[in-house]
Amino acid sequence: MGEMEQLRKEADSLKDQITAARKAVQDTTLQEAAAGVTVVGRVQMKTRKTLRGHLAKIYAMHWGTDSTLCVSASQDGKLIVWDSITTNKVNAIPLKSSWVMTCAYAPSGNLVACGGLDNMCSIYNLKGKDGNVKVMRELAAHTGYLSCCRFLSDSEIITSSGDCTCVLWDIETGTQKTVFAGHQGDCMSLAVSPDFKFFISGACDFTAKLWDIREGQCRQTFGGHESDINAIGFFPNGNAVITGSDDATCKLYDLRADQELITYQDSSIMCGVTSLAPSLSGRLLLAGYDDFNVNIWDALKAERVGVLAGHDNRVSCIGVSSDGMACCTGSWDSFLKIWN
Amino acid sequence: MPVINVEDLTEKDKAQMEVSQLRNEVKLERWLTSKCCEEIKDYIQAGVEEDILVKGIPEEKNPFKEKGGCVVC
Repeated sequence: MGEMEQLRKEADSLKDQITAARKAVQDTTLQEAAAGVTVVGRVQMKTRKTLRGHLAKIYAMHWGTDSTLCVSASQDGKLIVWDSITTNKVNAIPLKSSWVMTCAYAPSGNLVACGGLDNMCSIYNLKGKDGNVKVMRELAAHTGYLSCCRFLSDSEIITSSGDCTCVLWDIETGTQKTVFAGHQGDCMSLAVSPDFKFFISGACDFTAKLWDIREGQCRQTFGGHESDINAIGFFPNGNAVITGSDDATCKLYDLRADQELITYQDSSIMCGVTSLAPSLSGRLLLAGYDDFNVNIWDALKAERVGVLAGHDNRVSCIGVSSDGMACCTGSWDSFLKIWN
Repeated sequence: MPVINVEDLTEKDKAQMEVSQLRNEVKLERWLTSKCCEEIKDYIQAGVEEDILVKGIPEEKNPFKEKGGCVVC
């Protein structure tokens, strides 16, 4: 037997063992466990603000930790920092490359980052001495597009890429600290755990991976989706992961049981999930789809309890503010909307 | 921390990495799903009353309330 064949056989055998180990602890489903819980009443949110100013498709948005400021990225070649309450543009940052796919706000509020088809993650200092927003660092090493980025602090950021890897960067020196390799398809999205010790990535190999940031290792791999995972997020307590896929479903995986607990799907939904965000308590899962809508799911009952309909094109990004007060959607129609 | 150049990996390297990874994952200690589901339910129930997107918020308290029109008194 050739070496490759031997390795493949061993991989298959190990995968079977993992499947069996997961089954062995599966003494209930979330649906069964929540059978006694009443479905949340119909959720009807209104558009409270519309943020107008981008001139092309919006690809990403991220709330600042103050729950008021947020940053958005559009292929009009601009990053805009908005005051979501007044709808004023606090900063409008012109980008070197307009092919932007992601943006992030640092927890401190001092920095924003973005990247895309330029394969780079550009860091901008919002609090420069002369008031001008300038590029502070260009993090270049990925050999594929930048799909997502998230700050750990003002000195570290994690990126995911079409080159199938995620990277932890030292912003000060502009160098890679750790390369997280293992996905067998483009990495599309990432999310950092509430305690900043782990991050999760979703990829075009249909799996999600949990990574230990300091150890540099993949701890767990979650399968089950039948197509690319485009969106990923932590359940608010940090012990479960939610994914959204081109297979039109979202899934909740528990980290301690190492398996899927529930799937959010409906036979009437046939288009891909582009983005997702849980509400503050985790009771609601808001998910953006290719059909221009956001579906609101009761996370315990896997029933659709509301829809946010208001965009005239694909909803590409969604975020719930850290105080849980509002949800922001960004769309290819060039607008952001604030809902609650 | 080793910085791997993914471009330099051969098919065999990748297959070996996969097997190595699976060997680690198979050792994981897994909790009963019943325990995990209880924790999720408890976490949600502890926070749901304060979850604005679930419960709503009175207009006066909503920081995003739409600006009213002019009122002539």
